[in-house]
Amino acid sequence: MRRLTWFNATSLTLGFAFLYLPMVILIIYSFNASKLVTVWAGFSTRWYGTLLQNQAFLDAAWVTLRVAVVSSTIATVLGTMAALVLVRAGRFVGRTLFSGMIYAPLVMPEVITGLSLLLLFIGIGLDRGVFTIILAHTTFSMCYVSVVVSSRLATFDRSLEEAALDLGCSPAEAFRLVTLPIIAPAVIAGWLLAFTLSLDDLVIASFTAGPSATTLPIKIWSSIRLGSAPRSTRSPPS
Amino acid sequence: MLFRPGAHADRSRQQRDTHGADRFRALERSGGGTAHPVPGVTKRFGDFTAIDNLSFDIYEKEFFALLGPSGCGKTTMMRMLAGFEAPSEGSILLGGQDIAPIPPNRRPVNMMFQSYALFPHLSVWENIAFGLKRDRMEKDRINARVAEMLKLTRLEQFASRKPHQISGGQRQRVALARSLAKAPKLLLLDEPMGALDAKLRQKTQFELMDIQEKTGTTFVIVTHDQEEAMTVASRVAVMDQGRIVQADTPARIYEQPNSVYVADFIGEVTIIDGTANPEGDGYEIAYAEGVPPLFVATDKKFARGQACHLAIRPEKVAISAERPEGRRNVLRGRILDIAYLGNISTYLVELPHGKVIKAQTANTRRLAHRPFTWEDEVWLSWSDTAAVLLEG
Repeated sequence: MRRLTWFNATSLTLGFAFLYLPMVILIIYSFNASKLVTVWAGFSTRWYGTLLQNQAFLDAAWVTLRVAVVSSTIATVLGTMAALVLVRAGRFVGRTLFSGMIYAPLVMPEVITGLSLLLLFIGIGLDRGVFTIILAHTTFSMCYVSVVVSSRLATFDRSLEEAALDLGCSPAEAFRLVTLPIIAPAVIAGWLLAFTLSLDDLVIASFTAGPSATTLPIKIWSSIRLGSAPRSTRSPPS
Repeated sequence: MLFRPGAHADRSRQQRDTHGADRFRALERSGGGTAHPVPGVTKRFGDFTAIDNLSFDIYEKEFFALLGPSGCGKTTMMRMLAGFEAPSEGSILLGGQDIAPIPPNRRPVNMMFQSYALFPHLSVWENIAFGLKRDRMEKDRINARVAEMLKLTRLEQFASRKPHQISGGQRQRVALARSLAKAPKLLLLDEPMGALDAKLRQKTQFELMDIQEKTGTTFVIVTHDQEEAMTVASRVAVMDQGRIVQADTPARIYEQPNSVYVADFIGEVTIIDGTANPEGDGYEIAYAEGVPPLFVATDKKFARGQACHLAIRPEKVAISAERPEGRRNVLRGRILDIAYLGNISTYLVELPHGKVIKAQTANTRRLAHRPFTWEDEVWLSWSDTAAVLLEG
């Protein structure tokens, strides 16, 4: 190990400060006694108490959690299947188009994804709510799963599956007993990524959420916009 | 490529040869009822014919080798035996049943993969038990069978290790134990020693022969290493471009090759092109202007003046300083190069008209006493039966 030089220590400090200072400030301000978010008025834990009594916020958190779990699970299944086809199927008609379509949502601006989904849901007369948010989140997080899983599959030794078949497995058993356990770390990583993306998403959720369901990021965003702290008296009808 | 058996390997191979040949003849006598014939199978990939109407028999309990350079179709043939490729035409009979349409998981055939293909998430024990569990075997019998396999491959103390926690040689033995556990009718070995270093490879070859004899399983090995094929197999099939050129015991492949390709592929050889003229119990071979012809005794029939190739192994060419007496094939030449290999030396001797002949001698004496050096004029000679006459 080389010792930290003055230059390394400085760049490390600046780097970490850049990354984590905003979050540290957020944590400090969460103990702010003032009603105004930006003005410091002494230490207090009152907002934590208020939060626990704010049904609207708790509802939004519950919706977010459900959406994240369900959408990331569906996205993991679909994304893994897409990765299998992309890596395994060799050449087939429309392969380039298919792989392009899998990866397009990675670079698509969220506003476009959100708006197009909103138009689709209105077009087919689907009431917006938890279900539509799940659909939207599955759509965009699926491609992240597919990227993660296909990179693992690309280095997967096919002779392992052949060995499983050779030893008496049906193709489905070979997948369940050999392929899946070996690619499991990538599948889990894909699920976690999809879960985090879903928890965090504001833009797409705000296009596809309806009056019946609001996610936590939307709730927080709108609260800040209204210049207010979480308070039960201000909660909109849910 | 050099064929250089050590004294130890040589003795053992000869024993095995006799053994293999006896067994082979016994099987021939029994009418081939226990054979697994492959009567004319073809495999095409698009326009490319990987296997061209290949027919051969694999006898019960024999150690059969498919030998050939890379791209000759030996791996494709093995994958068809395993069931990973379907033949484009023809059938493969195993115990009288055509297995061509049967998927790999229902065939009584197991394969040991070149990469070993050990399941990294399972222990050595679980790897070996994998196939047995698929057969819904009772727990006690699985335990007994796995214990037996671990003992056979001397892996008892590694049973609970994962594949990445053991050495390459041990992984190779796990792969062998796993493929043997289900007691297949046919065990396929795809370049099983490819990843081992030379010393370990030789040791493993003897172990493999030992295990094959102990279990009485029919082994089919695919290899590009002729020394390996000659060491382990009771019969060797030399392949070229999707066809079997010759399938025979190692001794007959080496001593009586049926073509220039086989003679050249197996071991070292000097090929002399010429024309055949009947003379006594053999043929005189005219190969250059103004030199006496060479003589070879053979049963094969050649027309007068037919183009032919004379194949002569370097170890059958004697090299001496004095003109040898009583031999018909005597040539004078100059030593062009010497390859000193420790146990033997190969001399490249140039004849006056430019033809280069390889001669080999065992180095039974220490270096200081070696008789010949570069640029020495020497006599080469061989007996009437030493060379093989091949059609052009």
